[in-house]
Amino acid sequence: MPSSLHSGDDDTTKKMIRDITLGQYYLGNSVIHKLDPRVKIMAALLYIVALFVVKEFTGFIAAVVFLEMVIIISKVPRRYIWRGLKPVLIIIAFTLAVNLFMIKGEVLWQFGILHITREGVRTAAFMGIRLVLLIIGSSMLTLTTRPIGLTDGIEALLSPFKKIGLPAHELAMMMTIALRFIPTLLEETDKIIKAQQARGADFESGNIFRRAKALVPILVPLFISAFRIAQELAMAMEARCYGGNVKRTRMNAMKFARRDLIAVVIFCVFLALIVLQRVLL
Amino acid sequence: MAFIKVENLIFDYIKTDEGGAPVATRAIEGVSFVVEKGSFTAVIGQNGSGKSTLAKNLNGLLIPTTGKVWIDGLDTSVQENVWNVRQKVAMVFQNPDNQIVSAIVEDDVAFGPENLGIDPAEIRERVDRALDGVEMGDYKDKAPHLLSGGQKQRIAIAGAVAMEPECIVFDEPTAMLDPRGRREVLAIARDLNRKGMTVVFITHFMEEAACADHVIVMDGGRIRMEGTPHEIFRREDELKALNLDVPAPVKLASLLRKEGVALPEDILTEEELVCALLEVRAG
Ligand SMILES: Nc1ncnc2c1ncn2[C@@H]1O[C@H](COP(=O)(O)OP(=O)(O)OP(=O)(O)O)[C@@H](O)[C@H]1O
Ligand SMILES: [Mg+2]
Repeated sequence: MPSSLHSGDDDTTKKMIRDITLGQYYLGNSVIHKLDPRVKIMAALLYIVALFVVKEFTGFIAAVVFLEMVIIISKVPRRYIWRGLKPVLIIIAFTLAVNLFMIKGEVLWQFGILHITREGVRTAAFMGIRLVLLIIGSSMLTLTTRPIGLTDGIEALLSPFKKIGLPAHELAMMMTIALRFIPTLLEETDKIIKAQQARGADFESGNIFRRAKALVPILVPLFISAFRIAQELAMAMEARCYGGNVKRTRMNAMKFARRDLIAVVIFCVFLALIVLQRVLL
Repeated sequence: MAFIKVENLIFDYIKTDEGGAPVATRAIEGVSFVVEKGSFTAVIGQNGSGKSTLAKNLNGLLIPTTGKVWIDGLDTSVQENVWNVRQKVAMVFQNPDNQIVSAIVEDDVAFGPENLGIDPAEIRERVDRALDGVEMGDYKDKAPHLLSGGQKQRIAIAGAVAMEPECIVFDEPTAMLDPRGRREVLAIARDLNRKGMTVVFITHFMEEAACADHVIVMDGGRIRMEGTPHEIFRREDELKALNLDVPAPVKLASLLRKEGVALPEDILTEEELVCALLEVRAG
């Protein structure tokens, strides 16, 4: 146990906390950064849909070219994009393996009960490309859009549903606060774990049930501090004249500008290409 | 002119016990005072003496159980006044983490003005001015959780300043900071005060209270002493009885006096102590 006290993972946690939010937004001044968040959110959603419309490898050419164009224009360094991809690599690998070994067809290679088929290779490659594009595509949205822009955009896009009782503003405010407080809560968790370890708690040995039980002394104080934070934050928001969305204005009001129109046109061309290849091939 | 006027303020926190019956805890037991426009008022008192409760009564976050609080002539207990009151009296809280709303510094500073429904161009100007005022202009695009405690507290102050209030109430803004962060925050509060802002500064640090023009000492929900720092800190024994200390120079002066050094009674700052000692040696 003393070893876990001095495991030197202080820096790793700090770095992780840093990565989580820095991985979300890359400060920049490109056209992509300046686009109306509503346009970017809709484009990201439709891009994902388009990835599922593609049925032939040739269809991905348009998707890759389009994404590459966005990346180049946005000037977001590749390592930021890579950082977004890294945590989901395991999921991608798993999907690939499942597809590779499970699909029946013309056998290319066999070892015991394991076999790889031509169809399996094809499906796995297809899924892999789709997943990678999906993740990079959606992280381009978060990398080039400020958290506030993101939540304002979602609020605006959801506001038509206010009529049927959807609390669009409240949902957006919840997202804003969640984005802001995830790192704070992670730090809090880290502090609690350290405090419990200093008292001799052991989170690293025993079977899964023992370990799960060891989590209780972390979760209880974490909940208590989350409620305390929520209470203090609510007070601070009220002190700053927050009273729902009654007369709120925005510093960066969203505006559909000429560049947004151009972006929409380009995006529609891309969508048309995807639909065409699906229909023609 | 009195900017804040508090008259016979009593405040009860109401909780319900297990049976569902309401139980009242009295946090403030009849307090009256005024805060002059443009003054720097410090409030000191031990834990649980009711300082935070008092602060929250000054901008309508809490409404008096009985008694009245007037802000620039507006009664805080009148529902229609509440937004006006909160715009006039901004607050900075103890924990710098739990009062920052947005994941980017300048968006957070804009939060108050946005709530006031101010024009976007004007918000932009106010945010830039407020951030420059606390020397955090270079950090406007940063994520708050990457800043030091002192820097976060400066962001919180910028958020208050951007609302263009006439008064800022600081509730132990330095309690969670290192000495450097403490100095920075106090310097900003004094600077704002010099530029005309009315400041109410709640603190545990007597050196900070010594900078005020007026000191209020609270205990058990009441005001026990009130006056200029010189008047308050010469009453060392009374403060001790309330579990409060005096600033280091005052303590040192009183020890020297006991040792027979002929020092005047009203020494408060290091500078005054040094001057007095030089005079003793010369004379
Ligand atoms: N939300 C609450 N509900 C019930 N009682 C409360 C609440 N907040 C404070 N009190 C009680 O009111 C009294 C005054 O508390 P207050 O927080 O105003 O003191 P304080 O002088 O700010 O103390 P500190 O120096 O610890 O900040 C205390 O007895 C406290 O227990
Ligand atoms: Mg307090």
